[in-house]
Amino acid sequence: MQPAADAILVIVLLINLFVLGASRLRTIIYAVAAQGVILSLLPTLVHGGFGVREAVVSVGALVLKGVTIPRMLLRALADLPIRREVEPLVGFKSSMLLGAIGTAASIYISTKLPMLEADAGGVAGRMFVAASFSTVLTGFLLLTTRMKAITQVLGYLVLENGIYIFGVLLLQATPFLVEVGVLLDLFVAIFVMGIIINHISRAFTSISTEHLSALKD
Amino acid sequence: MIDLTVHLMLLVVMPPLLQGVIIKTKALFAGRIGAPLLQPYYDLLKLLRKQMVLSTTTTWVFLAAPPVTLVATLGAGLLLPLGGSAAPIHFAGDLVLFVYLLALGRFFTAIAALDTGSSFEGMGTAREITFACLAEPAVFLAFLALVKITGSLSLSGTLGAGVVAGWETAAPTMVMLVAGLFIVALAENSRIPFDDPNTHLELTMIHEVMVLDHSGPALGLIEYGAAMKLFLFGGLVARLAAPVATGSPALDWGAFVLALLLFAAAVGVVESAIARLRLVHVPNLLIGAGVLTGFGFILLLMR
Amino acid sequence: MTAAIVSILLPVLVAAVAFLWPSDRTRPAWLVVGAAGHGAATAWALSRPSDMTQWLALDPPGRLVLGLVSLLFALCSVYGLGYLRARADRPNRIFCSAILLFLGTMTFITWTHHLGLMWVAIEATTLASAPLLYFNRNPRSLEATWKYLMVGSVGIALALLGSLFLGYAAAQAGGAPSLLFEDLFANAAGFSKPWLHAGFVLLAVGYGTKMGLAPMHTWKPDAYGEAPGLVGALLAGGMTNCAFLAIARVYRVMCAAGDAAFAGRILVILGLLSMGVAGVFMVRQRDFKRMLAYSSVEHMGILVLGLGLGGLGVFGAMLHMINNGVVKGVMFMSAGNIHRVYGSKLTGEVSGAIRVTPWSGALLLAGFIAVTGSPPFGPFVSEFTILNAAFEQHRYLVASGMLLFLLVVFIGMGTTVLPVVQGDPGPDTRLTEHRDGPLTIWPPFLLLIASLVMGVFMPAPIRDLVREAADYVGGVP
Repeated sequence: MQPAADAILVIVLLINLFVLGASRLRTIIYAVAAQGVILSLLPTLVHGGFGVREAVVSVGALVLKGVTIPRMLLRALADLPIRREVEPLVGFKSSMLLGAIGTAASIYISTKLPMLEADAGGVAGRMFVAASFSTVLTGFLLLTTRMKAITQVLGYLVLENGIYIFGVLLLQATPFLVEVGVLLDLFVAIFVMGIIINHISRAFTSISTEHLSALKD
Repeated sequence: MIDLTVHLMLLVVMPPLLQGVIIKTKALFAGRIGAPLLQPYYDLLKLLRKQMVLSTTTTWVFLAAPPVTLVATLGAGLLLPLGGSAAPIHFAGDLVLFVYLLALGRFFTAIAALDTGSSFEGMGTAREITFACLAEPAVFLAFLALVKITGSLSLSGTLGAGVVAGWETAAPTMVMLVAGLFIVALAENSRIPFDDPNTHLELTMIHEVMVLDHSGPALGLIEYGAAMKLFLFGGLVARLAAPVATGSPALDWGAFVLALLLFAAAVGVVESAIARLRLVHVPNLLIGAGVLTGFGFILLLMR
Repeated sequence: MTAAIVSILLPVLVAAVAFLWPSDRTRPAWLVVGAAGHGAATAWALSRPSDMTQWLALDPPGRLVLGLVSLLFALCSVYGLGYLRARADRPNRIFCSAILLFLGTMTFITWTHHLGLMWVAIEATTLASAPLLYFNRNPRSLEATWKYLMVGSVGIALALLGSLFLGYAAAQAGGAPSLLFEDLFANAAGFSKPWLHAGFVLLAVGYGTKMGLAPMHTWKPDAYGEAPGLVGALLAGGMTNCAFLAIARVYRVMCAAGDAAFAGRILVILGLLSMGVAGVFMVRQRDFKRMLAYSSVEHMGILVLGLGLGGLGVFGAMLHMINNGVVKGVMFMSAGNIHRVYGSKLTGEVSGAIRVTPWSGALLLAGFIAVTGSPPFGPFVSEFTILNAAFEQHRYLVASGMLLFLLVVFIGMGTTVLPVVQGDPGPDTRLTEHRDGPLTIWPPFLLLIASLVMGVFMPAPIRDLVREAADYVGGVP
């Protein structure tokens, strides 16, 4: 159980680094989808038992993050003329390096914070906390430094993935209703964002958010 | 004693065979029969018999480079343990010497290229050196991780029995090290996706252009040295990827040779499967390799 | 519990009806229907006590906010009738259903008594309000909507992480962790400190983004500037108060854990920063709707400042919630009227509003006087209370900072509002065919009267409710 959960988290961290360096939008969408799918397997591994609740949440997350959301994004991408991200505010190489530094920092911080002893299922929380922080930082980096609106949305998805990792630790505390609510909110958020990206593309014939800078003081 | 003999024999005899395996793999992928497996040996022998043509603008540097490169690579080969047994020469800190002996070879090849006074060769040199600079951190971070796992500062110690234990305790790290070092091996030996060894188009050559002016025995030495460098990197990756410690030396060596051939085949597969990267994207991949090995090292700190 | 379900689902159902309703011309009537139904449900809910152990329970600050939201929406719905009639050129299906959905989600926030559920509600309000910003369908409002959605979503995601941190801190106290507020209040003393503090900071930053506190306020000028006046009133008067409600509840958890000092420090810093930033950006502001956004930032700063000061300051903050909401309604609606009449919202192109649109001009002027904290209006009382609290605690630096920023804001706002209201319409002004009408004047006027009443003579029931809310959050020591 422990090695499996560790392996999943390591793969998640690797996907983070990959996403920071990738420039083709389709590739990033697939990578984030893969991350979501892998993460949806996490609850069953952590808390062992195959309760109905865990199963429903896992399957829901799997379908949502692995199928529905990527499909929405790919469809939004199909309407647009672009295929690649242009050189962002923080270049690809620097992004990767920042991501690596952020991961190192997350691991360091996770060793400093007090952890619960291994809870039911025998999984130490330290790796979870480190992976969570690192993914959140990656999502932030993508959100703030990329120019294309779709990449910003993908950054938001990575951010949510990071929070999800932390949430897995607290599966007993977050009741079923809240889990479902979180997933639903995510779905609607991406849906609305997709619509707006569509409008942006029609209004500016480009989804580079450089055009969205008319309002300023 | 036996280990030493086998080590020296492999070091001297096997490198062109690896190149032959790569060529054969690529031919298989392309649906051709391809050149014979031992073709590189024949090519080397042919080159040794040919006459050398020297440019009048070159100096002693141009003549000195091929032997120096070969000797440096040979020296590095004496430091690298093959097949799990200790290397002929080993001492604490020899992993730094290993990297820099290879760098010495590269340096001499580079200045020989600059010595010809051709701007074309200068361009290739600049590119090659840049890639080498970017690949170096990856190698050192990988070695750092290995030192942390095995606790030994010598190549023979890090690539010895400790590797087997490393796979048991830190498998994710080992996977990342192998992946990162494989990418570095491709970069250092001018393989696709970094450089096409078969190209002779002016705009696309990197390593080829550095040795463009060499001919005859000098070219033979350079080619042999390059094959040996590939062999060394292959030995490193093969040892990390498939550490076998059955106890019987024959089996161990046999497994190592097999792993080396598989490495060559893997290089051939990679060369056949993916296209060459645009020049501006090469640093991204190299830094990615560095981040990969660095990340493997960071994971060790978590234990 | 039934009261909760009714008051939350009623607007949602009316929203669905409005969405399916075929006629653009008559659809706005559903806004009024929804408002009326919601008002009735609210009155019913406020008249009965609430079971605090449930997931959906109305705590005292929640009652305040619910009442305010209901009142504000009722008047906004009437205004909406006039507004949508004037903007009959646009389809209003999404607008009407989204605004009713927005009401439902805001009600949801006031009712939730569970940290995680509250998060779901706040995220839902972000999503429900985003389409409202895009009503004008031009590139500028698109930009505003995108920024609102992005910054809001990121802020809320951080708040979710903070909620999870709080849950983790609770888990380390032993026993099964629960995110129900009652359980959090009861067990807070045993929470692991690093996680609790980190969680609070993230929650303050996250929900502060929704409130529009500096430095997370960057979406506000764009969003309030481009949104229709009606939407601005609801966002500034309703949404921000709901977000403040969330922060207040979390503040109570910190008080229960004995860490009120830490929380208070952070809130005071955020408050002063917001007031300062707002003041700086308000000077020489050419767009009077963006000016209103910065005014909102300033008042959010005052709210958290009062909360952070503790004691009397919390009473002031709760009171200011109501006063601010009411006055913002006045200002946004009258500013919206002026914008519609002149076809522009820049001070260079708008002047002499008091002659062209006497009522709206007067309301804007009166609103300006109210919102900058002059007697006899409501905000004066609440700001004075908070200032009092600062002096009582001998925090002279904080008090003088607050006074300074209030002054800067007064000057800045004056330089924008007075040229708009006074003078004559310039020779280049091209007035549209719209003028003030009863539907767009009565709602802000009534709100202004309400603010006057709050300033001169606070009715006892409201005073009691505010006191109860203040005591609940962390009130008078």
